[in-house]
Formats: sequence, structure tokens, C-alpha cells
Amino acid sequence: MSLLAIIGEALRALRLNRMRTGLTMLGMIIGVAAVVLMLAVGQGAQTMVNQAISSMGSNLLIVVPGATSSGALRSASGSVQTLTMGDAQAIASLPSVKAAAPLITGTAQLNYGANNWSTVVTGVTPDYFQVRDWGTDSGALFTEVDLRSATRVVLLGQLTAKNLFGDEDPTGKTVRIKNSPFLVAGVLGVKGQSLDGRDQDDAVFIPLTTGQRQVFGNQFPGTIRFLMAQAESAEMMEEAEAEMNQLLRQRHRIAEGVENDFTVRNMAALTAVASGAAKVMSVMLGAIASVSLLVGGIGIMNIMLVSVTERTREIGIRMAIGANRRAILAQFLLEALVICILGGVAGIAIGIGGAWAVSQAVGMVVVITLGTVLLAFAFASAVGIFFGFYPARKAAALKPVEALRYE
Amino acid sequence: MALPEQTGSGEPLIQVENLCKIYSLDSGAAGSKGGGTVNSQVLFDVSLSIHRGEFVAIMGHSGSGKSTLMNILGCLDTPTSGHYWLDERDIALLSDDELARVRNRNIGFVFQGFNLLKRMTALDNVATPLLYAGVNRSDSRKRALELLHQTGLGNFAAYQPNQLSGGQQQRVAISRALVNNPQLILADEPTGNLDTQTSREIMAVFQQLNREQGITIVLVTHEDDIAACTRRLVRLQDGRVVHDAGVLA
Ligand SMILES: Nc1ncnc2c1ncn2[C@@H]1O[C@H](COP(=O)(O)OP(=O)(O)OP(=O)(O)O)[C@@H](O)[C@H]1O
Ligand SMILES: [Mg+2]
Repeated sequence: MSLLAIIGEALRALRLNRMRTGLTMLGMIIGVAAVVLMLAVGQGAQTMVNQAISSMGSNLLIVVPGATSSGALRSASGSVQTLTMGDAQAIASLPSVKAAAPLITGTAQLNYGANNWSTVVTGVTPDYFQVRDWGTDSGALFTEVDLRSATRVVLLGQLTAKNLFGDEDPTGKTVRIKNSPFLVAGVLGVKGQSLDGRDQDDAVFIPLTTGQRQVFGNQFPGTIRFLMAQAESAEMMEEAEAEMNQLLRQRHRIAEGVENDFTVRNMAALTAVASGAAKVMSVMLGAIASVSLLVGGIGIMNIMLVSVTERTREIGIRMAIGANRRAILAQFLLEALVICILGGVAGIAIGIGGAWAVSQAVGMVVVITLGTVLLAFAFASAVGIFFGFYPARKAAALKPVEALRYE
Repeated sequence: MALPEQTGSGEPLIQVENLCKIYSLDSGAAGSKGGGTVNSQVLFDVSLSIHRGEFVAIMGHSGSGKSTLMNILGCLDTPTSGHYWLDERDIALLSDDELARVRNRNIGFVFQGFNLLKRMTALDNVATPLLYAGVNRSDSRKRALELLHQTGLGNFAAYQPNQLSGGQQQRVAISRALVNNPQLILADEPTGNLDTQTSREIMAVFQQLNREQGITIVLVTHEDDIAACTRRLVRLQDGRVVHDAGVLA
């Protein structure tokens, strides 16, 4: 019997029991849809984390004031002001460090015409944009000259620009920060969410010197909030970390045995943890979804076993008119496979639809790759073969006389 | 013993020697008399040869082992001991697949209960053995329709078994048995569920097949006038052949 004929037989048998076929298929549909949805959500989370990581800038080390003890910051950064511009310059000249960018931050209200918007204002040096690998969408970054002469220029994050200017191009316009006029030098490119969930596009940047002298007052002259440094390469991260620790201990005159008054955070380690966690979550979600697929598979096996028993006489008749064991095996295996494949296709469609709905409803990033679809399909077929095989073999192993005599 | 004249080749189509069948009753017997003893012997040293073109009736009391013998002849069951050559082939040496092939190509079955596949048209029922023989769907349907015409059911091709009368169903079953041009037709009480008139019509079909196409037919019956349509009568009693002779026309 040709494969096509056997498929025809399988479809016919399944059509005869529409309700049962449908319900069995439903188990498969739910299982496959769950797998697709969970993989989409998991991969979405992974993508989000990876985006946040790459938006951070590469080979990044962050130095904050205050010591760490047992993992937690003892004092929130900012309450002590131990880092200075001098520290930043010294770190920048370390051989393992490519660039170091000192930062000061504060919040301020911005006005443009009738619009106002409260956001984080960060004072930075031009090196900051190199460390963060951040460029402008329109206009230009400010320069060393702006830094030296403490000009009143500002770079707007995408969100801030939108909130203040709407569809207008802000470049060349004047905004007021704490009522002082600032020339908008440009608008920065989109960065998206950071690892800790903040929107990095809700920010504005001014020259560090301008910030120190004109915006944030002059509590501790020459101190900075924290600094970001970029190592020469990924391999140099640990070396840079060690060198920075040593250098700052020296500069801060910390005696042997005394705790640091600063903390160097190696972002590579942090990102490894974050992406590892995202991966684990992705796998966990997939594993949980697989359980429902397993349940669907057991449902198929159950139905096929019932079907074999119910159709024992039919099997006997088929054997009497010349069906060999392979033909009977193929018939029942194909019935299971057809349920799985049709259910799988429907499940993939529903899974994709569900993922889209989730992304719309919760605003979560979901990612569906061809790999996900193929995996779900392969999974469905494997379940069909695995759970269909035993009942099919049972049918094929029947003895013709006994099957014929079965009531 | 007056054996019928047709002996096309020297060797018989069916040759059985010392056939015994013993059922072990641990399996939960299907027969009404089953129970009690561990082993029950149903066939005792049955020897029989049937030549090509013969038309044989097997008679005997209920439980005498007729169906058991037919199932063995039809390669649906295996004997406990003894030999069976079909068309000079020792059946004991064939694999499951080869037995399926023999059932498909060499033998056509007709059962008392028709045994058609439910919810499948008469046409598809008749065509199914051809599908197992590897013929494609359209060719097998063409051939199946031919046979339905031959047995007078040309107009019922699209009917399902539950829409047909008993006689019509048995004609469908006969068409199915013939579809692969078998040398042998085995019919176990083919008229058992039919009235006298319909039985006569079905027997006429068998007689025609035997006479015009030379198909060897072995049928089991309880009725003398059915047996009278055949040309040789084998009588079984308690699993033994007690009578084997030609039927007077
Ligand atoms: N699967 C089985 N297991 C045990 N005993 C069986 C089995 N099948 C048949 N028998 C026994 O074999 C004997 C012969 O049965 P068989 O069906 O061959 O009789 P029969 O001659 O065809 O009878 P009938 O005319 O009623 O159809 C019976 O006693 C029956 O109980
Ligand atoms: Mg019987």
C-alpha cells in the first residue's frame, strides 16, 4: 500500500471520529502553542537583556564612591563624595584603560516654550559618549572646547526631545534648564532600556564643567558622582579592574587592611550573570511548556490505544484481505502523526498569535524565530511517533484469527 | 472415492497432512464449549488434498472444527502440528509478510458475517485488497467497479455496508474476494445469514465462478441443498474427516 493511500486511510479514520480527533488534537494544540509562546517570551527576555547589555557600551567598568560589604553597597553612592576629577584622569592614563568618563548627575526641570519636563541631567566629558558607544541622531556631540569653557550646550535623549519638542527638530533651539538657557547641540540616538529597567532615552547631557559651575552648585568642588571606564579589550577587563583598585587605593591613601572607600564594578561579570539568568528563564519556560506537550502526547497514546481495541475486528479484516504488519503499523502510526502534525501547525499559529497578544497587552518583547517554529514542529512530530508507536505496534502484532474473532 | 475430473496439474492446490489443532485455554476461550481442561484438541490428523478447479463443501456439526480448518487453510491461523502445502508451498516456512501476501494474492475470503469495513463504500471495500497489493487508487477503483458489475451490484458502488441488504453485502464480499484474481476462494458459511432465495443466488455466483473461471472453491455449510451445489463433500466430526466423496449431480 502506498504511503499516499495510507495517509488517505488515516485521514478517513480521523474524520469518522471528528469529536474525538478534535479533542485529542486540542491537547496537542495547547502543548505546542504553550511551547511556542514560552519560547517567544523567553527569547524576548533574552533579547531585551542582550540589548540592554550592548547599549551599556563594551568592556565597561564603573567606579562608585563608598565600599561594598557582602555584596551590598553600604552607603548609597552620592552620600559620600570620594571620587575626584583627578581620579578620573589618573584612571584614563592607565595602560589597560582606553577611556574614563567622570559623571555628575542631578534632576532638573527643562522648559521649551510651554512644555516642561523633569529629567536626569548628567554632566559628562566628551569621552563619555565614546565609553557608552553613543552617537547623535541629529546635531553633534559637544567637544573638549565646550568642556573647557563650560558652555551652555545640551544633548537631549530621544524621549526628552520628544516630550519637549514633539515633532520639531530641537537642534539649534534653546531650552531652559533650571531657568538658564541652553543651546541644544543635538539629539542622541535611541538606547532603550538599561539592565535595571530605566529608560536611558529619558536623559539630557551637559558638559561636566557647566554642570559643576552652573547647574548643580559647588558643594564639593572637583568631586564627581561616579565614573565609567572602558578597558582596552575584553581580555583586559580583570587587569583594568585590578589596576584601578590599586591606583585608587594609592591616590586615596588607604592603609593596608582598611576597606576601600570606593567600589570598582566589572560590568562583564554583571552582564554574564544577567544573560545567564535570562537563558535559564528561557529554558525553564520551555521546560514547563514541554510538560503540557507531554500531557498532550499521553492523550494521543490513550486515544490510539482505545482506537486499536475498538477497531480490532477491522484490523482482522484488513489482515485477512492482505494487509501485512507494516501496513497496519503505518496506518495507526500515521493517524497519530496526522493528529500531531495538524495539531502542531494549529498550535504554532495560536502560539504566534498568543505571543503577539502578549506583546500588545503587556508590552513585553517577544521573539519568534524560524528555529522556534521548526523546534515546535519537530517536537510535535516526535511526540506523535513516540506515543503513536506503541498502540500501532500493538495493532500490528495482533494475530489475524484472534482479531477477526474479537467482538 | 470418486474424485472430480479436474486435475489441471498433477500436484493438488491444497494438500494437508496430519493436521492437528490444539487450543490452550489459558487465553480465555471464545467458543461456548471452552473451559475446564487446559488443552482442547479441535483437529485430529486431518489429511486432505484439493485440486485446482474443485468445488468442495465441508459439513459437520457445530463445533466439529470446520472454521478452525478453514482458518488454517486461509493462512489466518497456524496448525499445532502437521503440514500444509498451498500451491506446492509449505506454509509453515513462510514469514508473516509472505503469509499476508498469500492472503492478498492467492486466497479470497468470504465470511458468514460478511466482514466488510464499516463506513466505507462498497467500491472502496472491494478496492482495498488491491491497495494492499500496491495498485494505485484509480486503477483499483476501476477494477473494483468491474467486479461489482459482475456480481450485479454496479448500482450500489457508493453504498456503505449498513445501507445494503445481507445478500448485497455478501456479493460485495465476494467481489472483494475476487478482486485480486485468486486461485482459491474460502467461504465459511457464506449463506448462513441469508434466506433460501438469496442463498440460492449467492450459490449461483459461486457455481459460475467455479465453472467459468475455474476458481477453486471450498465452502462450509450446514445445509444439504447448499452442499448439493458443490461437487465434493467433506464431512468433519469431532475434528476428524469421516466422509470424503463426490456429490451426485
Ligand atoms: N480460540 C479458541 N480457543 C479455544 N477453543 C476454541 C477456539 N476457537 C474454537 N475453539 C473450539 O474449537 C472447536 C471447533 O470450533 P470451530 O469454530 O472450528 O467449529 P465449527 O465447526 O466452525 O462450528 P460452527 O458450525 O458452529 O461454526 C469448538 O469446540 C470451539 O470451542
Ligand atoms: Mg464455524
